[in-house]
Amino acid sequence: MPLSKLMPLLLAVLAWSWSLSAAARAQEVENFVLDNGMEVVVIPDRRAPVVTHMVWYKAGSADEPVGQSGIAHFLEHLLFKGTRNHAAGEFGAAVSAIGGNENAFTTADQTAYHQTVSPDALETVMRFEADRMRNLVLTDEVIAPERDVILEERRSRIENSPDALLAEEVQATLFQHHPYRIPVIGWMHEMKELDLKDAQSFYDSFYAPNNAVLVVAGDVDAQAVRALARRTYGAIPRGPDLPPRDRPEEPEQNTARSVSLSDPRVGVPSFSRNWVVPSYTTAESGEAEALDLLSEVLGGGLQSRIHRELVVKQGIAASAGAYFEGTTLDDTSFSVYGAPRGKATLEQVEKAVDAEIRKIQRDGVTSEELERAKTRFVRAMIFARDSASGLANIYGSTLTTGGTVADVAAWPDRIRAVTPEQVRAVAQKYLDPERSVSAYLLPPDAEDPSEAQAAPQAAVPEPPMPTPAAPVDGPADMPAVNEGQ
Amino acid sequence: MRAILKPILLIVLFAAAAAAGPAGAVTIQEVVSPKGVRAWLVEDRSVPLVSMRFAFKGGSTQDPESKEGLATLMSSMFDEGAGALSSEAFQMAVDEAGAEMGFSAGPDAIHGGIRTLAETREKSFDLLRLAVNEPRFDAEPFERIRGQILAGLAAQANDPEAQAQRRWDEALWGDHPYARPEIGTEASLARISPADLQSFHAGQLARSNLIVGVVGAIDAETLKGELDRIFGDLPEKPELRPVGPAEPQLGQELRVAYDLPQATLRLAYPGVSRDDPDFFAAHLMVEILGGDGMASRLFTEVREKRGLSYGVGASLSTREHGDVLQIGTATSADKAGETLALIKDVVRRMAEEGPTAEELDAVKRFVTGAFAINNLGSSSGVAATLVDLQMQELGRDYMERRAAIIDAVTLEDVKRVARELLTAQPTVMVVGPETKAGP
Repeated sequence: MPLSKLMPLLLAVLAWSWSLSAAARAQEVENFVLDNGMEVVVIPDRRAPVVTHMVWYKAGSADEPVGQSGIAHFLEHLLFKGTRNHAAGEFGAAVSAIGGNENAFTTADQTAYHQTVSPDALETVMRFEADRMRNLVLTDEVIAPERDVILEERRSRIENSPDALLAEEVQATLFQHHPYRIPVIGWMHEMKELDLKDAQSFYDSFYAPNNAVLVVAGDVDAQAVRALARRTYGAIPRGPDLPPRDRPEEPEQNTARSVSLSDPRVGVPSFSRNWVVPSYTTAESGEAEALDLLSEVLGGGLQSRIHRELVVKQGIAASAGAYFEGTTLDDTSFSVYGAPRGKATLEQVEKAVDAEIRKIQRDGVTSEELERAKTRFVRAMIFARDSASGLANIYGSTLTTGGTVADVAAWPDRIRAVTPEQVRAVAQKYLDPERSVSAYLLPPDAEDPSEAQAAPQAAVPEPPMPTPAAPVDGPADMPAVNEGQ
Repeated sequence: MRAILKPILLIVLFAAAAAAGPAGAVTIQEVVSPKGVRAWLVEDRSVPLVSMRFAFKGGSTQDPESKEGLATLMSSMFDEGAGALSSEAFQMAVDEAGAEMGFSAGPDAIHGGIRTLAETREKSFDLLRLAVNEPRFDAEPFERIRGQILAGLAAQANDPEAQAQRRWDEALWGDHPYARPEIGTEASLARISPADLQSFHAGQLARSNLIVGVVGAIDAETLKGELDRIFGDLPEKPELRPVGPAEPQLGQELRVAYDLPQATLRLAYPGVSRDDPDFFAAHLMVEILGGDGMASRLFTEVREKRGLSYGVGASLSTREHGDVLQIGTATSADKAGETLALIKDVVRRMAEEGPTAEELDAVKRFVTGAFAINNLGSSSGVAATLVDLQMQELGRDYMERRAAIIDAVTLEDVKRVARELLTAQPTVMVVGPETKAGP
């Protein structure tokens, strides 16, 4: 459903009555589409002389050709090389010459390039970003050392970390058919073979204005951004229509599976249990909101049932919780996790987490705890307005996974509409141990629970669990230099 | 096209640099409460929030001998019960007030912060007052938090990077408190009791070592009352133990053998303190050498030209009692020797020749503009910046003065500082599999 061309939709977002009415002043977001099909979102925030500029492509690792895992992320690195109009490094030099910063990241569903600069530099940044959308020049000389860089990146992020190695196996086991089973950074043996032809082909397939979303947030005037966008991105011809993003669907899952990794670097064991569940894009009405609230009530922080029961009351867990990543194009994952403390065993922690899930499946959640969870979510949206770059991320990730600006605006209302019965229903429907993947990260001499137990239990190690959408950051990943101020 | 673009760019960028320097949108007021509590305030009503950040000078360097980890443990317990409220009741009250509250211990200060919806500010600040003045340190949360920290230590016990970092801190800082583990050890945590937390709290939190920054929907008069309510009943002066100057121990070669796919390299050179007249000369030089704002020399040689690493960088660490310049990277185990030699060569060239005039001009523009972009993006960020500026005693007009200070640094200054810092024999540590090519 393309938005009508150049017809601005001025959206009065966040008309939250409710107890937070006074706090929820309307936020104006401008949303329009250029003639060449590029969607634009402008979020003015005039508090500080800073603007965040992002271009999101609807192309991620799950859109890669079979056998070329990692090409989306590799191409993201290569976009920092030269174009027909600018030598490698010119764009970066222009950004740093005004003190700005820039980077990029790749997820399973999108690739995004972003800069934070002073408002005067916005046009310069837009010219450079528009230039590299179609004018990249790739050569074997450029490709070879950068491929070594991504291999080192994989060693740093994955091979050097038992947590990350196991998380990769969880994804590969949880998704039996869908490309979310493949790591965003790629499998090492395929990354080594990625070449110029692969990169050029991915670039030509996906990098076009009609497959991109521009988000500008910060100290800008929406009309000025519109004029700039027309002059810069608007000059790029529309590309061929892209085929629908129909990835292979998961078959029905009917088994409990488990993966385990014993590693001498592991000092304390941990587990996770994971399920395939719908995302905001694929869910039936209200189910994704209910899963979000389920993860919050079950294991979303200090107020959650898992924390209060396992960490505080029973005192058996050092950490434990639940996690749901809802903003993905296809079905996503829901996870619970935990690690023991003191004399408690991993098995105790695992059983106690299971018991909390069963309690909700049997008795549901109370309306009081649900209301509190809702309040926290809506409050988080108000706090999010404090950061222009944070807002830019919310809009960009939503718009590249099938959502709209109106969906962002309606989210608080949709959260408020969830009933306790809906939360219980998604817990019953989706958190079935007989079709889960359990993961165990173990010290070298530990007994493997996946062999000792008949029914698998699941899990991954520490909170921010790798999910299909876990981004792989772009080229510049260096220690921050703190001026001490 | 390149030739045409350049002059245009220069014009645009010159204008931008001029505009970005003073960060004009931010007006800092100094507020002093009737009881003498001082704060810097940026009033901003565009978002219905109030963010407060504060710091009590001291921090983990104040941990008594054999009770390492005390400051960290205490900071983890401010939201675990206060006044008449138990841990659970307190956390529920914070949640109901629509606030987020956090505390942490750094080497030189205990930090705290709160972010609240403006309409529930009074209730939120009530809870902060309780946390700061009347933390309970009850037995149950004490045992729980200590158990969590011990589990964290156990998790790190076999982690080569965590162990290497311990060894690095010890080698670098010798017998200075900076060498001690901030979160403590199994033995030191076992010696700490709730009574230790009570007496440490009484000695560390006072009005004269307190620094406060506030941003958001609150005016100066209202803030005065709130400052007295939250902090006004603290003792006037803390009981701080003296901490001596810290000199990084250079010239050591350390090797941590571990069978990993990648080797990590660390190098330490002398640093420069924040109040040294040469601070910005050193800062600019380190940015050119290995900063994150531009294609630094290390980035270009190690990553761009040779693909030896995903990340390489240099940074200047300035602490209250000691400073150090550090370089770090990770590379394939079989390329550790080559990479280390390359880094040393890049350092040697910087020491001998210094930067070029073009490099210095470019980095000055970057460092000038980066302040607003890195520090003013959110009200919490601005509040943290207000605390940092006061910690470093830089003055309320610092944001206006900063661009001129940077501009005044000469190429000769930077060359001299590069020579002074980078001709020292560094301490080097390589963590990774045994290879022929060590340091």
